[in-house]
Amino acid sequence: MHEPFPSSAPPIVEIRRGTRQFGNKTALDDLSLTVPRGGVFGLIGGNGAGKTTLIKHILGMLKAQSGSVQVFGLDPVQNPVGTLGRIGYLSEDRDLPNWMRVCELMRYTQAFFPNWDEAYAEELREAFDLDGKTRIKNLSRGQRARAGLLVALAHRPELLVLDEPSSGLDPVVRRDILGAIIRTIADEGRTVLFSSHLLDEVERVADRVAIIHQGRILLTAPMDEIMETHRRMTLRFGQSLDRPPSLVGALSFEGQGAEWSYICSSESSQLRRAAEAIGATVVGDDALTLDEIFVSRILS
Amino acid sequence: MQIHISPHDGVPIYQQIVNQIKYLVSSGRLAAGEELPAIRVLAEKLIVNPNTVARAYRELELAGIVEKRRTAGTYVSDQGSPLARRERVKILTDRIDALLAEAQHMGVAVDDVVKLVQQRHAAMQSTRNEK
Repeated sequence: MHEPFPSSAPPIVEIRRGTRQFGNKTALDDLSLTVPRGGVFGLIGGNGAGKTTLIKHILGMLKAQSGSVQVFGLDPVQNPVGTLGRIGYLSEDRDLPNWMRVCELMRYTQAFFPNWDEAYAEELREAFDLDGKTRIKNLSRGQRARAGLLVALAHRPELLVLDEPSSGLDPVVRRDILGAIIRTIADEGRTVLFSSHLLDEVERVADRVAIIHQGRILLTAPMDEIMETHRRMTLRFGQSLDRPPSLVGALSFEGQGAEWSYICSSESSQLRRAAEAIGATVVGDDALTLDEIFVSRILS
Repeated sequence: MQIHISPHDGVPIYQQIVNQIKYLVSSGRLAAGEELPAIRVLAEKLIVNPNTVARAYRELELAGIVEKRRTAGTYVSDQGSPLARRERVKILTDRIDALLAEAQHMGVAVDDVVKLVQQRHAAMQSTRNEK
């Protein structure tokens, strides 16, 4: 953490106008996304929004039908050696070879990564309380996630990609995973990209967020900026209204009678002036959670 | 140092850290000269982004609550410093403003609020003396 991140270094991931269809379903729709070097990038979206498809394009497991995908400045499909060797990946379904023992999984994965750090791998195995002799198929759900995380981390990748790392896990294992994310970026220059639908988790650990919906990026910005520009402004009007007037920058509204709340995405002072101009009094101006921001963005 | 982050209360996480450290300092649970945990240590403990902790520490430094020393650690400042005094006054001013606004809404005059404050002070003194 000697220089501020995200730094001005070239981006780790650069997707330009990527499109991907499965049959007549559009999974990525002219999608552009830049993941800067350093820090934690949170990818959020509902089920079927395109998160996993996007991640598979970054890993070179899928090829964009049009547009370009670059990772470390390289095409991951044409240059898997130059990209995959520098990425640690934990998939959503933790597809590990069931018949292997934990120690065999470690040796097997080590063979693919010249930078594998044996001492670190052993340290993680102990910290995660994994027995090297246990077969993968006999691991609990949480232990399986820890084994997957171990092999994703032990070669100290420049980019750590986690697809729904917390899904279906108890709070103790979730803590291990989030702790690993934080340790990874605290080491200078490393980058984490993770997708999640647990937005309070994303709010805690991400520096930067992208909201993906129907194969498109609806919003991408630094977390601080998103949290500061989105507010819930509650207005009181002179009389009871069936439907409140529209307000510049308002994404959604709710309320009844003379009091209505707007979820807005612009400067507070600008909204106050707009409210005054339509003869309303501002009776509340509150911060929102990432969850509330996400919902209003998806619905608007 | 006990800090608790609650994700659903609408206060930004860095602000929650700032508020709680200010409270720990003003209540004497963090004494002048005490060292705060390193940024990455606190980030891992609270499970928050290290930048968020760094931002909280920067705010606390600007407010004169903590100071960076050449050895790279962050320490609680001597609370007699003018900056720290200003910060204490600011915290109280915010509370008083909120109290006055509420009193006005309820139609209670300022003089009555002041009387009530003195009454409460006297009541607290007497329970303290009984102990």
